[in-house]
Amino acid sequence: MTIEHAANAPTPSEYIVHHLTHLNSIGEKQSSIVDWSVINYDTLFFSVGLGLFTVFLMWLAARKATSGVPGRFQGCVEVLVEMVANQAKGIVHSPESRRFVAPLALTVFLWIFLMNAMDLLPVDLLPFFWQTAMDSHDVPLRVVATADLSATLGMSIGVLMLCLFYNIKIKGVKGWVHELFTAPFGSHPVLWPVNLLMQIIEFAAKTISHGMRLFGNMYAGELVFMLIALMGSAWAVSATGIALAVAHVVAGFAWAIFHILIITLQAFIFMMLTLVYIGQAHEGH
Amino acid sequence: MNLNATLFFQLVVFVLLGVFTMKLVWPPIVRALDERAKKIADGLAAADKAKSDLTLAEKKAVEELRKARESAGDVRASAEKSASQLVDEARAEATRIIAQARRAAEAEADVAAQHARDELRDQVAMLAVVGAEKILRREINPRVHAELLANLKQEL
Repeated sequence: MTIEHAANAPTPSEYIVHHLTHLNSIGEKQSSIVDWSVINYDTLFFSVGLGLFTVFLMWLAARKATSGVPGRFQGCVEVLVEMVANQAKGIVHSPESRRFVAPLALTVFLWIFLMNAMDLLPVDLLPFFWQTAMDSHDVPLRVVATADLSATLGMSIGVLMLCLFYNIKIKGVKGWVHELFTAPFGSHPVLWPVNLLMQIIEFAAKTISHGMRLFGNMYAGELVFMLIALMGSAWAVSATGIALAVAHVVAGFAWAIFHILIITLQAFIFMMLTLVYIGQAHEGH
Repeated sequence: MNLNATLFFQLVVFVLLGVFTMKLVWPPIVRALDERAKKIADGLAAADKAKSDLTLAEKKAVEELRKARESAGDVRASAEKSASQLVDEARAEATRIIAQARRAAEAEADVAAQHARDELRDQVAMLAVVGAEKILRREINPRVHAELLANLKQEL
């Protein structure tokens, strides 16, 4: 499904750029890499909407949860809860912390899975509805919230803050500061700056790789879907044109199936890393 | 690939969703899971107990059956004993009655025989007297010779 306007059909590069532009507070593509005055409305809409949908679904199951024979829906949610609870039990060794961390991991898994799954909708479907509703061909809309670096880094920074919180909670301010200066290399005063630098690098690397991994996978996936869509948009009644249309269908089909694996895997990885990083915050070096 | 204030909103949403799940979703489901696990464990234990109870009851039933059979044998033996005793008693009674009857019959027969003999003797005596009378006629007076006749009757 591609935008078809005979009058001013976009060039492939215009099409891609348009699809990579957020519906934001400034109404045009953000020019600088970092600009704290800008808000992406589309990312927020889909992430909050799917987040509410996630917790609503789980709440539906939890509201009528019975210890008797469970229905299929309750059974499904129970399987997820059991899976996350077992993972959390193996990684975070404090039952007190698990009371928040395990539910958070479950929510994160389902939420990210749903945000990723927006990638499986035809790339132009929701933007087309949005443009029709707004009566403009130029309004941008990106539906995959996890293909926005701000969203994924927002979540990974949330995990970082939880790590810092649990570091202080478990080890105490003194214990944690002591660890910052004496681990991983040793407690000799000469090594203090090196240790501190190493710790900062460690936290930064964890957080950035955590957010970047999800973002990169989803962004690339989205881009591939756009390129596949471009093949279809270039179809014509000629040998090459028909070949392109067929290639669109075949490639789109194959990539969508492959992407089912990617979106699930990435959601799972994000959840597991959340647990692992918070689990590490509970252990001394 | 841009960074902007969306990040902070996403961070807040992330924490809020986690808190929501912690408060309203996780506890009821985990409680249901734990309760069900307990129910299943209880059920299995009850099944085991029922099985051992059954074995026990079967053993008891066999024992009771054996006892009942034993006591039935006793009852039968004593019944047989008392029955044979009854038969014996009846037999003895019958023997006694038969003997008594025989004795009575014999006594009666004796009496009858004696009576017949006496009568015969009387008649013989009478016949002798009549014969003698016929022979002697007037010479013998029954009244005069009564003593003689009585003596004769005795000797017959």
